[in-house]
This record gives sequence, C-alpha cells and structure tokens, in this order.
Amino acid sequence: MEFRYLPMTKEDKQEMLDKIGVDHTDDLFSDIPDSIRLKRELDLKIPKSEPLLMNELTKLANKNYNLKTHASFLGAGVYDHYIPSIVDHVISRSEFYTAYTPYQPEISQGELQAIFEFQTMICELTNMDVANSSMYDGATALAEATTLSAAQTKRSKILVSKTVHPESRAVINTYANAHKLEVIEIDEVNGVTDMEALRNKLDEDTASVVIQYPNFFGQIEPLQQVQQMLEDQKKTMMIVSSNPLALGYLTPPGSFGADIVVGDTQVFGIPAQYGGPHCGYFATTKKLMRKVPGRLVGQTVDEEGTRGFVLTLQAREQHIRRDKATSNICSNQALNALASSVAMSAIGKQGIKQMAWSNIQKAYYMKQQLQQQGIPVVYQGALFNELVIDVKKSVSEVNAVLLEKGIIGGFDLEQIEANRKGQMLIAITELRTKEEIDIFVKEVGEIHG
Amino acid sequence: MANQDYPLIFEYSKQGRTGFSLPELDIPELDLTEEFDETYIRQDAPELPEVSELEIIRHYTGLSRRNYGVDSGFYPLGSCTMKYNPKINEDVARLDGFSSIHPYQDPTTVQGALEVMYDLQSALAEITGMDQVSLQPAAGAQGEWAGLSMIRAFHEANGDHQRTKVIVPDSAHGTNPASATSAGFEAVTVKSNENGLVDLEDLKKVVGNDTAALMLTNPNTLGLFEKEIEEMAEIVHGAGGRLYYDGANLNAIMGYARPGDMGFDVVHLNLHKTFTGPHGGGGPGSGPVGVSAELAKFLPKPVLVKQGETYQFDDDRPDSIGRVKPYYGNFGINLRAYTYIRTMGAEGLKKVSEYAVLNANYMMRSLQEEYELPYTQHCKHEFVLSGKKQKKLGVRTLDIAKRLLDFGYHPPTIYFPLNVSEAMMVEPTETESKETLDGFIEKMNQIAKETEDDPEVVQEAPHTTVVSRMDETRAARKPILRHQKQ
Repeated sequence: MEFRYLPMTKEDKQEMLDKIGVDHTDDLFSDIPDSIRLKRELDLKIPKSEPLLMNELTKLANKNYNLKTHASFLGAGVYDHYIPSIVDHVISRSEFYTAYTPYQPEISQGELQAIFEFQTMICELTNMDVANSSMYDGATALAEATTLSAAQTKRSKILVSKTVHPESRAVINTYANAHKLEVIEIDEVNGVTDMEALRNKLDEDTASVVIQYPNFFGQIEPLQQVQQMLEDQKKTMMIVSSNPLALGYLTPPGSFGADIVVGDTQVFGIPAQYGGPHCGYFATTKKLMRKVPGRLVGQTVDEEGTRGFVLTLQAREQHIRRDKATSNICSNQALNALASSVAMSAIGKQGIKQMAWSNIQKAYYMKQQLQQQGIPVVYQGALFNELVIDVKKSVSEVNAVLLEKGIIGGFDLEQIEANRKGQMLIAITELRTKEEIDIFVKEVGEIHG
Repeated sequence: MANQDYPLIFEYSKQGRTGFSLPELDIPELDLTEEFDETYIRQDAPELPEVSELEIIRHYTGLSRRNYGVDSGFYPLGSCTMKYNPKINEDVARLDGFSSIHPYQDPTTVQGALEVMYDLQSALAEITGMDQVSLQPAAGAQGEWAGLSMIRAFHEANGDHQRTKVIVPDSAHGTNPASATSAGFEAVTVKSNENGLVDLEDLKKVVGNDTAALMLTNPNTLGLFEKEIEEMAEIVHGAGGRLYYDGANLNAIMGYARPGDMGFDVVHLNLHKTFTGPHGGGGPGSGPVGVSAELAKFLPKPVLVKQGETYQFDDDRPDSIGRVKPYYGNFGINLRAYTYIRTMGAEGLKKVSEYAVLNANYMMRSLQEEYELPYTQHCKHEFVLSGKKQKKLGVRTLDIAKRLLDFGYHPPTIYFPLNVSEAMMVEPTETESKETLDGFIEKMNQIAKETEDDPEVVQEAPHTTVVSRMDETRAARKPILRHQKQ
C-alpha cells in the first residue's frame, strides 16, 4: 500500500541503506531484544483513502447534535459566542499552526509578537501587570494559581468558594492532593460566596482565597468585600477566576487588588469543540512575575536596535530548572491564544463593551420573561449571562422535550449537588435571538404547568 | 528605535474603527441601573485595538510571514517530531458536528464524538500494549503528572507511603523531573554509561524501598534504544517500584515493540508529536495516559466506557486520582490523531517508524565526518552530534544553529540533552524526502567548512532573517512583557 505522507522510494531506500552500510532496515532495529519484539501486526482498523475516511468521519460528525443546528442554552464554562470569520483564516496560516515553540526568535517573530499582543490584551482586560502566554485551560490555570500561592506564602490552606466551577474545584483538589495542600470549601448563600463563612475560615495559615467572578451561577461576586476582608490578612492572596468577556462591562479583578487572575479565553474565537482545546490565561502582579508558570514573551532589540521579541525569564521553567521549576507545564495553548488575540482585535475596545452588554441584556430579558411565565429564577443578585431556574421537574426530562423543539437546554445542577433537583443553569449569549428565548420560555412554561 | 520595527496591532489603532459585526439587540433595551452596584461597573475601557477587518488580516498575514513552520521548510528539531501535519485532519476537526458540540450535552446527543474517542483510546492501547487509556491530559507534561499521580495512588493504596522518589536519567527531558516534583515526589538522577544508555550498576545503587518509579523514554533522548530495558524493569519491579514510559519518542518503534511488552506500567503519549497534531507554535497538545490492568482503577475520571452499543462516561471511580482537566481532554487534537491513525493503519504506522529510523541513520552517517558523533551505534529516530570540533575553532553550536537559518532551515535542538557538550539533536522524521535530507546535509557540511575558512560568517549569522540575534539579557534584566499605550 502507498502512503501519501511517506516520500520514500525503493531507490531512495537502497541508496540510504548503502550509505549506512546495512542490508535491510531491520538491521537498524537489531538493538531491540527479540524477547520484546512485536511478532504480529498491530490490530488496528484497516487504513482508508482520503475520500472514504472523510465520508466516514463526516457521518460520525453528523450523528452529533450541534450548536449550529440547535439553539443552545448550555454554558457552565463553555459558551456559544460570535466567532469572527477572520479568526479561522488567520489560525489556518500554516506558518502559525505548523510551527514549534518559538525557541529561535529570528524566524519566530510572528508567533512571539502575536503572543506579546495576547499578553497585553489579557493585562488590559484584567487590569493586571503581567500575563503569560497561556495555560491549558481556565481550570488548570486556577489550580496552578493555588499551588503558586502556597509556595509563595509558605502556607498550605486554600479557601475555595463553592460558587467556583465544580470542575475547576475538582482540578484544584487533584493538584492540592499532590502538593499536600488543604482545600476548604466555603458555602454559598443566595448564589454568592458566604462572606461570614469566609471570614470565619480565614486565618494566618491561609495561602489564598479563590473566587469566581462572575461565578458558576452567573452571579457577580462582591470582590470589594473580599478585598476589605484580606486587609487583615495581607499575606493571603486573592485569586480570581474570571470570564474575560464579562470584564468588558465589569470592574476588573485587578482593580480590587487581586494577586492572580485566571480564566479561559474560549469566549474569544474558540469553538466549544467538546470542551477542548480551549485556552487558559494567567495574569498576576509585577511582584509575582518571576513565579509565573509557563512561557512569557518579552520585548527586546536585536543587534541593530530593531524591536523584537523573545521567550524570557526562562529560569522559572522546566527545561532550565528541571525539578526546581515553578511548574511542569511545557506545551501550552499557543494557537488558541492566537485565535483569541484575533477575536479580541476584531471585537476591539468598543465591541467588547457592546458584546458584554448584549449578554447582560439578553440574560435579563430571559429573566424577565421567565418570571412573567411564573418560572422561578433562583438567585436575584446582579448577573452576567447565566442564571439558575427551577423547572420543578427532572432537568433531563425537560431537556429531552426541548431537544425535540430544536433547543439544547441548560446544565442540570443536580449533577453537582443532590439538593439541586430541578435547578437548571442556563446561559444566554449575544447569539441567542429574541425568538429563541421566547420559545425556550414558552416550552419550559408549558412543561412547568 | 530602528525604522524596520514591525508595528504592533495596537499601533494601528484609531478611535472609531471597528472590526466586528455583532447582532443588533433584538429585544427592548432594559434599564438595569437598579440591578448593578456602580462599584462593579467598569469605568476605564480596556485598551483593545480599534482596527478594521482588513488591517487585522494584513497584520496577522505579515506576522505569519515572519514565522516558520513545517509547511515552510525542514524542521529537524530533535525530540519534537516535527513531521508533516496532514490537511484532512484540519478539515475533520472543523466539521460542525465535532467543532460545535458542548461538553455538557447529553451523551446520547454526541455518540459520534464518543465513538471517535473510544476508538482512539482502543487504538492507543493497542499501539502501546497497555490495558486502558485516558484521553484527559492536555499535553505531555500533564500526562506525566497524571501518570505519576496514579503511581503515587497505587503505592499509597498498598500502604507504601515511603515511596517518595522518582528516578530519571541524566539525559531526560526537563518535564520529567519537573513533573516528579509537582506530583509530590523527589526526583533523583541515574547516570548514563559510556554507550549513552542507563548505567545498570548506578540504577541498582539508586533503587530502593523508597523508589516510586523510574521514568524513561525509550529510545532515549540520545535516540538510542535502551536494550537492557528488561533488566531495568526487573530491578525496579523487584524493589517494588513502577516503570513510567515517556512517549515522546514513540515515533521510532511503532509496530516494532510496545512499552507494555517491555515492562512499563504507565505510558503517556504526545499526540502532537507522533500522531501529527500540529504544534500550533507551542500548543495545544494532547497527552493521553495508558496504564496496565493493576493501575486502571486510578485513571483520571470520568472514564469513557461502551455499554452495548452506547458510549457513556463512568464517574463512579472511587480510587481515581480525580480530574486533571475539565471536560474530556483536548478533543480537537484527539480527532486529528484519530484521523491520522485511520489514514495509516498498522502497516502505515510501522512504515512510519521504519522510515523515521532510516532517515535518521542516513543523516547521522552523512554528518559524522564533519561533526563529532559521541555515540556511534545505530540510532533510532534521532541522533545527537557534538559541536566540540567547531567550538575549538571559535564557533559554537549556537552559531551553527543561527547559520542554518540563513539557508532556510529550522535548526536542530541545541544544548540538549545535557550530557553531551555543544549538543545538536537531529530528528528528520519520516515525512521528509531524501532530497530534503541531502540539501540539509550539504549545508551542514558547508558550515563545517566555513568554520575552518571563514568563521565570522558563522559567528555573525543569521544574515538573512527579519531580525538579527536578539538581546536576551536585556529582555530578562528589564522585562517588558506587555505594550503600554503612549
């Protein structure tokens, strides 16, 4: 069989074997002991030609209900937003997507500059001094923030609000387990962090307090109160996980004295693609600049004084510091950071505010319509683009009915807490039309009775 | 500043220009002043650029032309497996039914996606000889971390709390010791012998009842197969430790040998290396982790299972190390790997390894006259040269790397592994033609000659790139990590 990715011809092979001085390629594998040789062919599906494989995979793709054919009210960390067409055109430039990490700056200025611009945009949105070149996703960025806080403060207790995304909390717990950190979860009251409970747990062993803003339930956490509370525990770090789109309208965490701000830029130009790859961001203060996990791009000049960019402060990283590195992260999400940069460039200074405002408006319209239909909205505080409703029935049954009407319903909160039966978390982005919202309300209203 | 500075996107910005097209608000605008506490309403707009769509496209097209990928030219970057990234993979990943699905959709509505994931897990288990595979880790380093965490959970379940050490060879990639530390272990080094392989006597010395695991790439970072792997497995297993396989170099042995059959208990793979996920300028990757049967219950949760003809997630895994990543891994990259495996099949993957090894040996024998070859046996998919000879003439390996840029090549990995001085690590991959290899060999030999006749031309390279060598000291001493509006 011929393989289009393998250019080797018989003549090439013979000439190369002659140069090496062996008769057969098997001779080059003679160092693999016979006892561990695979003596049969791998048991894999037979290879397919390009058109037949494309047919098969297209059929598999078509089996999936998707956000292009269905109006979706699913959010809970992954959102259906406007993706400017130019995003995919730029990241399809193969000089970007087939490149390695830019270790050779002279031929990697494009990537390096794009990342420098990404870092700048993240700093602008969060109002922080420094942002890195990306992390795997928002959840692992948050977990790395907690381990950084423990290392920096030499304390081992992390206070995590229960209004933080449950999967982020799960990842924090996995990381904490390895670092022997104690994670204490702080209860929620009326959909936001219970400030009294937080105050009671905060002490001189607390490395950091972790808040999500807007939180998992869509509510705006009172960061100013957290900031005030931490004035008595100056060493304790304030870690905030933020949907960066919301920061187009909300006061950024940096303005409330946050030490580390993380999140996911999936909202900017990255499709849901079943949860990954997305793109974590990690922003912090100048003070913690040399403790940041992952790659940083810095501006400098070449021998002629021309502006250029390089990977910098690499003494933090695994390839230099090995077991003393601040993190083991190596590959990050560079191409997705590029996608987000292009989207942020397109949306721009005016668009970010408009887009955030549009999300808020649609969410409040939804809230108003639901309430008019007598469908309870569980939390009444200020919100961004998500809210919790009580459908009084099994959410999965409601979602099954909605699906028949071409609607992907919300997230079933009973999955995270047994006492949340009937609670559905719904997201309303700028892409949901009035018509879709009205249908959703009508259908849920009918089921609700 | 010199006048060739390439503008930042912010420097095109002009108040009033837009590059977006948002839907008009189709609902009556609500007055929300009562809803929001003023404290939480942003006062100063973030300084994102204000640019038109064409300006954005010109800007990034310009940047792309200041970048170099596999599609631009030969990229023999050792340990990175910079092979061709097939275009059908990109098309598949962009199908709406794959790119526009939400991780919290009911599993019954995404059976096509789950089938791909399940099939990929099974294929990777077969290729590596492991019992079960999880696609959850985001990249190689996270796969390492998840694998080591499982080994820790395994020992703890056995009451073996004293197993705090992970042994790594001196030639190991930096993520190995970094992952060991961040998984709560202490990294200890085992030496290489004069043949570039793990020194068994030294291994016996460092192994003990505090050994949690030995981490190994095989072939190792010198491109040499650790042929005493069975003895090593016996030593480590005999002491109660487990064997961890770093899959960075799997491209050398597919269909020839499997880590599971060598005695490895845990394996991670870099789908963005061996299985053609594009590197994307540094990511995203995907780092699935595979385990033997005794470790399966510790896999990250949830675990994808097939019940009858239906695929679903099993979250009831009391011994699991937990989640290492939200949702189900880097699905988009896993799709590309799956497409590649289905394109190649068993026969194709074995040919991949055969030609990767043939190409590397051909290059090694073609370069060994001009450059010192510290380990002379056949290599696998990559080999390491030393620039010692050239250094004596005042030309460092860094200079050679920069000179290669002038000829349109990406240089090899340099100064790694650490146990070879002035190292140049060359990995041609199987997707390169003999003509490409010959072109590179010719230029490498020319540089060797220049080093003798005209060393300055090498020392001052590159001469043809958009910028010359960068002042890295300045970048680190006075870090400028973001643009500030003037």
